[in-house]
Amino acid sequence: MVRHFDSELQDLRDGLMAMAGQVEEMIELSQAALREGSAAKAEQVKALDRLVDEQELKLDQACIDLLALQAPIATDLRLIASSLKIIPEIERIGDHCCNIARRVPFAHPPVLAGDAMEHLAGETRGMVRQAVDAFVNGNAGLAREVIANDDRVDTLYVQIYKDLLRAMLADPLCIERASNLIIIIKNWERIADQATNIAEEVLFILEGVNVKHSYLQEKPPDPGPGA
Amino acid sequence: MLACHDLQIEFNRVPVVRGISLDFPARKITAIIGPSGCGKSTLLRAFNRMHDLTPGARVTGTVTLDGRDIYGKAEDAVLVRRRIGMVFQKPNPFPTMSIFDNVIAGLRLVGVRNRGTLREAAESALMDAALWDEVKDRLKSNPMSLSGGQQQRLCIARALAVDPKVLLMDEPCSALDPIATAKIEELLFRLRERLSVVIVTHNMQQAARVSDYTAFLWMGQLIETGLTEKMFTNPKERTTEDYITGRFG
Repeated sequence: MVRHFDSELQDLRDGLMAMAGQVEEMIELSQAALREGSAAKAEQVKALDRLVDEQELKLDQACIDLLALQAPIATDLRLIASSLKIIPEIERIGDHCCNIARRVPFAHPPVLAGDAMEHLAGETRGMVRQAVDAFVNGNAGLAREVIANDDRVDTLYVQIYKDLLRAMLADPLCIERASNLIIIIKNWERIADQATNIAEEVLFILEGVNVKHSYLQEKPPDPGPGA
Repeated sequence: MLACHDLQIEFNRVPVVRGISLDFPARKITAIIGPSGCGKSTLLRAFNRMHDLTPGARVTGTVTLDGRDIYGKAEDAVLVRRRIGMVFQKPNPFPTMSIFDNVIAGLRLVGVRNRGTLREAAESALMDAALWDEVKDRLKSNPMSLSGGQQQRLCIARALAVDPKVLLMDEPCSALDPIATAKIEELLFRLRERLSVVIVTHNMQQAARVSDYTAFLWMGQLIETGLTEKMFTNPKERTTEDYITGRFG
């Protein structure tokens, strides 16, 4: 039986996918703006952010309406509850892209960070893409891959951060540019965190398990018989 | 604790309940859910021997209360129903009796005659059913003058007056408005402190709101049972998921 509710849930999924598509475009544009020093692309990022913000308000309301009017349970409940958490994660990714775009005039060319900067941006962009694909296709394996990849991005971030610090110590004239690059890499690293959060929500939708803060969920070792 | 083991119920050799084994923990509310015709009311009625008088009905397997088989040869069905009370979908007060007489009908049936005892039991049961304040000044009135919700709480008081261990409820709120329903649901939470409740309901939200455990029946079989919060957020079985989310049934 096809329910009217199912089409409303599909509208929610479609809305999330559209919003995610917009921030993926923002990620590409901000990466290109920094690489090319393109003010036009940086402006495009800011323009898209407005659309993402509008979409956030619309989808928030859609979720509240579905909760109030449909009283969802089981997978339907998990989808809507997690959507309410995924929506602000996507919106924050848009904000980070704007932060990167704003720094373009002060950070271009990002030569101090070398190829590692492109690598970091590429890894982060891949994580967002995978998290969205995991949501769209209901792919738990892909969601787990995203979560695992976050460590790689963290390592890369620390490595670039140290390189920039060394560059500033060696040449005080590059402090301003390097400081802006540090802010930019922090934004890339935060975007990867947001992708990880989305992947965690995807696992909750698909499997009903909460994988956040896994250290809190570890069971104490079995003391064994007689203890 | 109420429990059934390999319970089968047939009517004219047509099986309606097929080998259900289920425990109903003491002082907990268990909801039985499932589509129409899945056997949930039939199962509930077996718990206070209501099929005894149905021609062609055959109950096999065991139903025990605190370890005693309620279908045992020495068991009296009237006494079983004193320990396992029942409330039905449509409020069914006895129309020719007063409110007071309705409440104590069960006690009179088992031979209680002392006026003081009956008065005390009626007041206590009406208070337990959250009806006392609304009827204390008109105990001699006809129960049909009460609202539907009040009539249902009167039926609950009548069941409580004989101090049952288990209260069976067959869609007790389906004929009530949301306010009357909320009163019954609040009442269930208080009753849980002293007895077990087994409630059959078609209302998924009600099952989710009031019960500690949920059992899902389909085509006479138990498909899944477990903690209600688990059943309604992450059921194990696909059939359960499809039913509770309204995809079939």
